[in-house]
Amino acid sequence: MKNGRLAREKIIFTLIKIAAFFSAAILILIVFYVFIKGISVVDFKFIFEEVQQRDITKGGIWQAIVGTVYLGLGIFAVTIPIGISAAIFLNEYAPDTKLSRVIRISIRNLAGVPSIIYGLFGLAVFVHFLNFKTSLLSAVLTLSSMTLPWIITASEESLKAVPFDFREASLAMGATKWQTIKKIVIPQALPGMITGSILGLSRALGETAPIIVVGATFYCRGLPDSPFDKFMALPYHLFILATQHVHIQARQYALGTAVVLIAVIFIMSITAILIRYHYRKKKYA
Amino acid sequence: MRYKMRKMNWQKTRENLIKIFFEFSGIISIAVLAGIFIFLAFTGMQAFKEISFAQFFLEKEWNPTSYGNPQWGILAMLAGTAYISLGALIIAVPVGIATAIYLAEIASPFMRETLKPIIEMIAAIPSVVLGLFGLIFLAPIVSALFNINSGLNALSTSILVAIMTLPTIVSISEDIIREVPREYKEAAFAMGATRWEVIKKVVIPVSSSGIFASVMLGLGRAIGETMLVLMVAGNARAFPGSFLDPVRPLTANIAIEIKEVVSGDLHYQALFATGLILFAITFVINLASDIIIHKQLKKLKP
Repeated sequence: MKNGRLAREKIIFTLIKIAAFFSAAILILIVFYVFIKGISVVDFKFIFEEVQQRDITKGGIWQAIVGTVYLGLGIFAVTIPIGISAAIFLNEYAPDTKLSRVIRISIRNLAGVPSIIYGLFGLAVFVHFLNFKTSLLSAVLTLSSMTLPWIITASEESLKAVPFDFREASLAMGATKWQTIKKIVIPQALPGMITGSILGLSRALGETAPIIVVGATFYCRGLPDSPFDKFMALPYHLFILATQHVHIQARQYALGTAVVLIAVIFIMSITAILIRYHYRKKKYA
Repeated sequence: MRYKMRKMNWQKTRENLIKIFFEFSGIISIAVLAGIFIFLAFTGMQAFKEISFAQFFLEKEWNPTSYGNPQWGILAMLAGTAYISLGALIIAVPVGIATAIYLAEIASPFMRETLKPIIEMIAAIPSVVLGLFGLIFLAPIVSALFNINSGLNALSTSILVAIMTLPTIVSISEDIIREVPREYKEAAFAMGATRWEVIKKVVIPVSSSGIFASVMLGLGRAIGETMLVLMVAGNARAFPGSFLDPVRPLTANIAIEIKEVVSGDLHYQALFATGLILFAITFVINLASDIIIHKQLKKLKP
């Protein structure tokens, strides 16, 4: 009797295991496929030379790389101070008040808003209402609105990990709340907050739909001089090459751009993880 | 003494000012969410001065640029969104839940620590890269399998969107399943149940509402997916008859048309109205699943 049940269990567990390995294999398949197909066009010229609009094989993707880097720096500058401050408010000042509950609900809902909706929001608010036009600045602010909830959530996780005793010890010594936060809580939580933030940022850089609407352009000569210029970005360049470019090798170059984009995201993720690893080791050494 | 008093007072003021600064940073999130709703609603509702609700929701033809006789029906695009998101769930739900069960209940700690980050990394692949993969790899396979001209249709898109929703479903379901108290399981084992019977009769029923919520969050992501559907769904405006037809979901339509319209004209307003509908749908889905997950966690961790 039990033998039959165990045999059935074996079959079902095998099926479940196959599903799990299949899920993980998908990621590996996609990344390997893109790398193997795309790596052949990636060389020094591809990375460091400007896009040649007439014949893409004669140039590289330099403006798109720089545009994406500018975008990343801008989002970092906007979201890190606001995100970390918001997390400090939620975790240190108002763990469970009416206001903090509304903030938390907003954060979780923002995380589920479709990216194209952020595009419409950015178009209405930054491009038209504040009159920043379609520009790097509008794109930075739009993607920052989208990235902010991720940064707050990651920072709050990191603040939660700081033991409560640390705060009590500091307060018992007569330190004020702000002194405790500045001298005890933030130094302890900062590596974790930075790690989470870089991971969130790396995801924002792959976003395409919002920047199509608010500022990315398919081609511009040279690099943007000011935040009010239009700019090129890796994901949008990839999209244009993949769907709208007539050159016979356009898809090949789209794959090459995808390799660079994935490489940027992976390098950022690995840096983030190394930062966390480095500080963890130091903490327990 | 007096000096000391003044110093204390200043310190108190400073502490309060700092608190207000942090409070303000927190409120920005509320402002963004409210701002999204207000700007979408303000512009979107103006479209209904000229387009009737019935025309907007019940007609299949969407052709805003037709001279003299523009059509404003979103039904075909709603159907496109429905095809793709339901198709994606049909694929992602069994695979995702099985994966979550494997990670939480069956896998060794080593397997779990290896597989979970890999699956969560799927969320880091930009959807435009997945779209490219679909164009070059998946679409030709689908077109050859079903002997059709182009593999750019609802089926290919559903498969890719399913991949996109997997990390959401797996990660949240797994967290919920792991919260099932050990005593529940041990009681069943003591009665002579096999591991599968414990999973089927105890673990899944106890965590079912949380798993359901993770599926809803996956649905929200599927409905909002833009770049993938823009690249792979085929972009046809006609009402889809089957999964092998090309479709144009709401998100793709906004992305295609928003750059061609003049700010403030009726077409612009109508696109904001479709955005408002998308926002409303995902808002309700997110809020509902949020409530369910919290109730579930409260039940398991009193």
